[in-house]
Amino acid sequence: MSANTGMDTETGQSRLFSDTEQFRNSMLRKYVLDGAYDEMFSATGETRPQYRRLLDMFARMPQEEIERCKKAADLSFLTQGITFTVYGEEQGTERVFPYDVLPRVISNAEWTHIERGLVQRIGALNMFLHDVYNDGRILADGKVPREVVYTCRHFRREMRGLQVPRNIYIAVSGTDLLRVQSGEFVVLEDNLRVPSGVSYMLTSRRVMKRIFPQLFRAYDVRPIEHYSQLLLATLRSLAPEGRPEPTIVVLTPGIFNSAYFEHTYLARQMGIELVEGRDLVIHDNVVYMRTTAGLKRVDVIYRRVDDDFIDPLAFRAESILGAAGLFNAYRAGNVTLANAFGTGLADDKAIYAYVPEIIRYYMDEEPLLNNVETFLMTNPVHRQHTLANLDKLVVKAVGESGGYGMLIGPQSTAAQREEFRQRIEADPRNYIAQPTLEFSRAPCLMDGGIQPRHVDLRPYILFGDKATVVPGGLTRVALKEGSLVVNSSQGGGSKDTWVVND
Amino acid sequence: MLSRVADSLYWMSRYLERAEHTVRLIDVNMSLMLDEASTTANLGLERRWSRVLASLGRPAEIEWSGDFYQLTHDLTFSTRSHAAIVNCIAQARENARQVRDELSSEQWQQLNRLYHTMTAAQREVSSYNALTSFLPTVVYELHQFQGVTDSTMSHGEGWQFIQLGRYIERAAATTRLLDVYHQENIDPPNGAAVGYEFLEGAGMLRCCSAFEAYCNAYTADFTPERITEFLLLNPDFPHSVRYSVDCLRSALMAIGAKSGLRVADELVRVSGRLQASLSFVDIEDVLSQDVGAYLSSILQQCRQVHERVFRLYIQYSIQTALAMS
Repeated sequence: MSANTGMDTETGQSRLFSDTEQFRNSMLRKYVLDGAYDEMFSATGETRPQYRRLLDMFARMPQEEIERCKKAADLSFLTQGITFTVYGEEQGTERVFPYDVLPRVISNAEWTHIERGLVQRIGALNMFLHDVYNDGRILADGKVPREVVYTCRHFRREMRGLQVPRNIYIAVSGTDLLRVQSGEFVVLEDNLRVPSGVSYMLTSRRVMKRIFPQLFRAYDVRPIEHYSQLLLATLRSLAPEGRPEPTIVVLTPGIFNSAYFEHTYLARQMGIELVEGRDLVIHDNVVYMRTTAGLKRVDVIYRRVDDDFIDPLAFRAESILGAAGLFNAYRAGNVTLANAFGTGLADDKAIYAYVPEIIRYYMDEEPLLNNVETFLMTNPVHRQHTLANLDKLVVKAVGESGGYGMLIGPQSTAAQREEFRQRIEADPRNYIAQPTLEFSRAPCLMDGGIQPRHVDLRPYILFGDKATVVPGGLTRVALKEGSLVVNSSQGGGSKDTWVVND
Repeated sequence: MLSRVADSLYWMSRYLERAEHTVRLIDVNMSLMLDEASTTANLGLERRWSRVLASLGRPAEIEWSGDFYQLTHDLTFSTRSHAAIVNCIAQARENARQVRDELSSEQWQQLNRLYHTMTAAQREVSSYNALTSFLPTVVYELHQFQGVTDSTMSHGEGWQFIQLGRYIERAAATTRLLDVYHQENIDPPNGAAVGYEFLEGAGMLRCCSAFEAYCNAYTADFTPERITEFLLLNPDFPHSVRYSVDCLRSALMAIGAKSGLRVADELVRVSGRLQASLSFVDIEDVLSQDVGAYLSSILQQCRQVHERVFRLYIQYSIQTALAMS
């Protein structure tokens, strides 16, 4: 294998790779550049500055060395038991999360913009929730239609007039971003209920440090390890008044939940108890956990159980995952839940279309991160446009997630389009439409070479005393060639995300 | 510590101890069988394996069908019986999985490996020879887990619950074994061959890993009285009932101290009485009375300790707990 010396002697330019050089370097033989934004190369084929050292190092590395590193990474994930659960399989329900060893590199300048945009957005959404569950100013001013709010499946009437500590509803969130053709990051989805994946962000980083210490040193990567500590501080700041030394716990649905590993990981990293619903007892509106030393009062619950299942008395009666009476204890102000109930209202896909307006309304600023253009089926003009262009658009049901209830126009059949046409006309509130997005691709290690694959980015935002975003996030990769699906259940994987000081 | 977590650690440990004991019983009896001349009556296959089943507390779903290999294979791998070694290990792992944040990663990895060894063998082991050479692996891996547990887990409350589970299971298993052999001694097989006593005595000691330790204490002179004395009352040997109860009690004391204000009077009394009934007797006292009744009472007291632990730390009534807090 020919080693690249870093300086192109023939042209005398300090550019490492150009179109022609791509063919000279065997690692890049299958690297295709086309319309989509490429994270490593500019449209003219120049290596972006933040990727130069990375590419340089991989180009010099012997094939066996790369294989060794990849194996070491796989083994590390396996022995640490970093797995997720695949539903509906009897044997071997634990799978190792697919992982790509090439980090995704984001420059600090790009990151600063993302960070400011996310802080602005979460701040505004939080004010929106407080407003809607209290005075309803934004509804009275007609900026967001009442019927959109009240018909939302995750709107919780029970939350009306309830004061939450520090008025913080969304303590923990993870927002899905995509980078579109222009290079701009846009928001695809706000995950304001129980976003997962942060443990993969943290463990990937640890694995990368072990496997590529040299590369790591060559970059000035901003650290993320303090996430658990920040999370703990955030939870502590939300403790009910008069509880200076609060007992904080993580509430998990249990061992069969797909994110169980993450729950145990976070509990362990924060040094707090991991409880299940059956460990909790509510008496006189106070929450206790059963310990060997008797009942111990619980003050803050970082809950990884959805609203619907958390209290069989208040919500779904058949749930066995929650604790009976928890909601009343919460109403009484004796316990804090993070996130609050009813935050799902603000990540409803129809509300999503109003988020830019929400930001302007509360912040009196223009949104720093844009939305994906969204057509509301309740709007007659939008609906007409959508129905005329079903073959070009993506239609989504508002209450669903994880790729269910979706029509991807360009890949659909006439029969499917007809079915959606009827569904939209029957229940317009339940659907939105968006253009089909060609989002960015990042280099991945595939069969011994480097190839581009589509990626998204989920940074994690904490909101206690103030909003904080740890620099980085979970970059999810669609490992199948040409695929746009990054979900781990459908051939998606992850990679470490480096925010580097320039 | 969460009650559920304590419960899982306790059962994890009990299941592993049970697995180890079962492996040893099978292993020792398979080997003893080889020394039995086929012509003289000796113990006979049926009697031998019925005795093994009795020592294990007559597990459901497993019966003597005339084929010793089938029986030993079932006891090791049968998915139908809770008592089978493979299920004990699966149960232990399942308990561990629910409290993974409490175990060290070394512990989890070792238990996981043991589990995979077991399930792989379940698919692959299909002959008498293969089974004989496989069984020692299980004991080896189990010992490794114990070593890893003792050296990587902090010896706090969780570890004490592990100790408690291990020793309560061990005390009961050894007592049950003594009880079954005691019945045997009252009614030995007709026309027993020369050396029968030696083999069976040594076999019983081997079932408790006690052969060498016994010889060190008494030389290789096997009498039922001495064997009983050693397995029941020896204060230093880790598989004797007395030693197990001593450890069980010190685990209970440590848990009581750690869990703070709990009133554990009843548990202190029950476990103290059990300890006293082993510490302050000598073998003549035991043998001069109804040995069967004495052993039954030990078993009964172990069961009481288990129930009290459960009621005090795991499944206590909310009303009582609220009244105390």
